[in-house]
Amino acid sequence: MSNYIMPLIVLFVIIFGFIKKVPIYDTFVEGAKESFDLVFKLFPCLLAMILSINIFVKSNIVTNLFSFVSFIPNELIPLIIMRPISGTSSLAILTNIYQTLGPDSLAGILGSYIQGSTDTTFYILTLYFGSIGIKKIRYSLWAGLLADLFSIIISILFVYLIF
Amino acid sequence: MVNKIWGCFIIIGILYCLLNKNIEIVNNAILDSTKTSFDMIIKIFPVMALWLGIAKIAEVSGLLKKLSCKISTLLKYIFPEIPKNHESLSYISSNIIANMFGLGNAATPFGLKAMQSLQELNKKKDTATRSMITFLVLNTSGVTIMPTTIISLRMMYGSVDPTSIVLPCIIITFLSTLLGLMIDRILARFYV
Repeated sequence: MSNYIMPLIVLFVIIFGFIKKVPIYDTFVEGAKESFDLVFKLFPCLLAMILSINIFVKSNIVTNLFSFVSFIPNELIPLIIMRPISGTSSLAILTNIYQTLGPDSLAGILGSYIQGSTDTTFYILTLYFGSIGIKKIRYSLWAGLLADLFSIIISILFVYLIF
Repeated sequence: MVNKIWGCFIIIGILYCLLNKNIEIVNNAILDSTKTSFDMIIKIFPVMALWLGIAKIAEVSGLLKKLSCKISTLLKYIFPEIPKNHESLSYISSNIIANMFGLGNAATPFGLKAMQSLQELNKKKDTATRSMITFLVLNTSGVTIMPTTIISLRMMYGSVDPTSIVLPCIIITFLSTLLGLMIDRILARFYV
């Protein structure tokens, strides 16, 4: 099912452009050119973010400090902490849970919920605000993190409802 | 804010490694970051170019405007500050649509374009506007309908029912997005 979505979107856009007599090739190239600008602005932000996250995560402080919380499986603590910071590393943690405990275990299901219903707040924040040069982000970090927290709490409540 | 968090992550990480005499880990983490970020940007670049190309066709042909009309009635309530028919609304709706289908790669270029056009409405160019933050909350609470990556991962590791998580995820996302938007409203009122 999800295999069909991307080709269908492309097909739909191209056909629509055809009907409206848009010079589709020229327009595509023109749009693709804009990516240069974005990527050059993006790289410094990305490097800075990855540098600090790498140091923080690899130091293992997260796993060592939060090993005392008991109402959720211990394996999920690093996932919860990493989820708003880095999408790839939280996905790596989830994969590890699938591998060791199985995708249908309590940790596996709860992990799927959390990964599926939240997004990488810090990444989106740096990316979106970095690309347009916003420096004063006001309350956006709190709003983003609270939205994440809600997703996690509702996920935990939900999993205990059906398990 | 970003400055403080960024610094704290680095300071805490390095100090913790120093205390545990694990200085080799920090060395690797620093060296790795250049490689990882380069790999990421190289991966993002062509995907971005591709979707920005497609998006341009959708924009020039008027498709984006048409699509955004469909959900703009809803967006009007969520983004009261954006003037009617402003182009940012169509980018926001495209971003939401791409996110719903778990197409994170397609959603990001639309999101960046949305931010750019929201910036045109911004009077203080270095300060985030209310609409920007609301848009951010919509993105971070993750309006997903088909979490495609998770489903394929669950298949890979032999789940009995890989798609069993879809409906719960939709319910959780819906509730948390609603709560997130409420919090956004409340914070906007207190934070001047």
